[in-house]
Amino acid sequence: MSVPVREAKAAAPGPAGAPAPRVVGGRVVRAGRGAVSLRVRGRTVAVTALLLAALVLVVGTTLTTGDFPLTVGEVLRALTGNDTGAADFVVNTLRMPRVLTAVFVGAALAVSGAILQSLTRNSLGSPDIIGFTNGSAVGALVVIVLLHGSMTQIALGALAGGLATALAVHLLMIGRGLQGFRLVVIGVGVSALLLAVNSYLITRATFQEALEAQSWLIGSLGNRTWTHANAIGLALAVLLPPALLLSRRLALVEMGDLTATALGVNVHRTRTTLLVIGVALAAFATAVTGPIWFVALAAPQVVRRLTGSPAPALLSSALMGAVLLALSDLVVQRAFAPALLPVGTATGALGGIYLIRLLITESRKSRA
Amino acid sequence: MTAKNPSGPRLRAEDLTLSYDRRTVATSLSVDIPDRSFTVIVGPNACGKSTLLSALARMLTPKAGQVYLDGAAISSYRSREVARRLGLLPQSSSAPGGITVGDLVARGRYPHQRLLKQWSAEDEAAVTEAMRQTGVLDLADRPVDDLSGGQRQRVWLSMVLAQQTSVLLLDEPTTFLDIAHQVEVLDLCAELHARKGHTVVAVLHDLNQACRYATHLIVMRPGGVVAAQGDPAAVMTAELVEDVFGLPCRIIDDPETGTPLMVPAAPRRYDAEGTTGGTVLTRTP
Repeated sequence: MSVPVREAKAAAPGPAGAPAPRVVGGRVVRAGRGAVSLRVRGRTVAVTALLLAALVLVVGTTLTTGDFPLTVGEVLRALTGNDTGAADFVVNTLRMPRVLTAVFVGAALAVSGAILQSLTRNSLGSPDIIGFTNGSAVGALVVIVLLHGSMTQIALGALAGGLATALAVHLLMIGRGLQGFRLVVIGVGVSALLLAVNSYLITRATFQEALEAQSWLIGSLGNRTWTHANAIGLALAVLLPPALLLSRRLALVEMGDLTATALGVNVHRTRTTLLVIGVALAAFATAVTGPIWFVALAAPQVVRRLTGSPAPALLSSALMGAVLLALSDLVVQRAFAPALLPVGTATGALGGIYLIRLLITESRKSRA
Repeated sequence: MTAKNPSGPRLRAEDLTLSYDRRTVATSLSVDIPDRSFTVIVGPNACGKSTLLSALARMLTPKAGQVYLDGAAISSYRSREVARRLGLLPQSSSAPGGITVGDLVARGRYPHQRLLKQWSAEDEAAVTEAMRQTGVLDLADRPVDDLSGGQRQRVWLSMVLAQQTSVLLLDEPTTFLDIAHQVEVLDLCAELHARKGHTVVAVLHDLNQACRYATHLIVMRPGGVVAAQGDPAAVMTAELVEDVFGLPCRIIDDPETGTPLMVPAAPRRYDAEGTTGGTVLTRTP
């Protein structure tokens, strides 16, 4: 099987008599006599590869450094089950589940943000801004304060809260279409409302409950076990593939309902499916770690800027989210040790700065 | 599934009731789009001409009645299958930030592509050809955001052409364009119609442009009623314009093309104080 790879530099008109110049960006890979043909943007591939490398580096650093430094060899032996004792405990019980949870939660949040920002055609349309994250928090607080539930029940409460909020926002939007700016505005309103509910729940709580609630609300990766990593890993394994399959359609839906329909996309079905996936990813992620800000908002935007891609790049967004959260957790663990700083504080601080920048540029855009 | 009707035109609407929410725009509206025609739909504002076009393009589901494409109800097709037969240029679309002209036009190939067949030689040829036809080949690498209104409209049109459908629906393709670009876009449509035998349906505002380019004219009056249809030379009369648009006018021959040319009656004359001066000077019956 031959795989001819053609250089894609378009634009420059070819020499006289040459075949027509390439008009589209990217490389075209064709195989099997045209049965398979893919268009790949070099810059997107490069960014994705770099992010993958960065992820390996961050995870590697997390596993090898800390109070109990290990060599790469020791880590690998522990991971393959050929090591018993201290290294096995440190890697497989302490560090690995935590870093995997960070990677999966970061990826889930980023993909959720990419999908929702694309559906709303608004860079503020991420689950943390439009109320889904606060909805999850209400669900969790109800379990903590009113039902005194276990960790698993808290997670289920967060999941239910996130999905219920999405449903409520959806009902408020009914008959008006999922138009970007309206969804953001309604979402921000709902978010504020839910924040008030959260505060009220905390005032009703005992001191002990309030402490527990507060520690959940700040978003932490501390004491995360394989149960957490597996739960969010499974959610990602189920929800990410259909999202990737639908991402080409998502790019067309961004151009407007009419244009997308004219091009043969079933807009309503595409949109509903992606909305459910996006909301579920954010809800699962929040259920596992508590609300973590900034990742869903920023990761997809940063990736779009890096790749320069006109279409939502879900896979690189996932990697960016994973890198961002794993790196933030690494920094709070190592830089502030021995203080136990939750990762939510780091992403929250970064997120605030980023949000201010975003609001300034957005308002400039809308005035222009 | 509706019975096939191979003898009728490829695209027709039968007994449509069209409405947005509770506002009904048209009832029992039927139109046939003659095959290989350049059909232009005209009518006063809010008469339902764009609504009719939306229904023909399956963007709006009729409350009653049915649109037929190639003998079967358009709603019975898969969306992608319709997109291989019928293209639509909506009034407005938004280009993703930073997309280049070539990449945008390439999106017109979506209905012909598969997950593992994203960019075949035919895709390449269709996109290049569409860009050549609309004269945007030289802009291939430019970001769409940087273009002027006229260039942008040609880019959108070339995206629809890249779809390679033999039926093209255009919703006010000349809006926001200056007169030179309007003529350019209409000439292009006429060329597609004449050279490729495409069926082109356009909603236009300008009656004279409509008469000049249409081979089949549909005049609608408020309430979604077809007031007249047929060859512009036969349809376009001063009575019809006065009746439908409430505008007294005279119809003369276009000195360039011989098609009907509508000249509005002279306005009332006002005196220096700005009050109505008195008599209407010229009003042709």
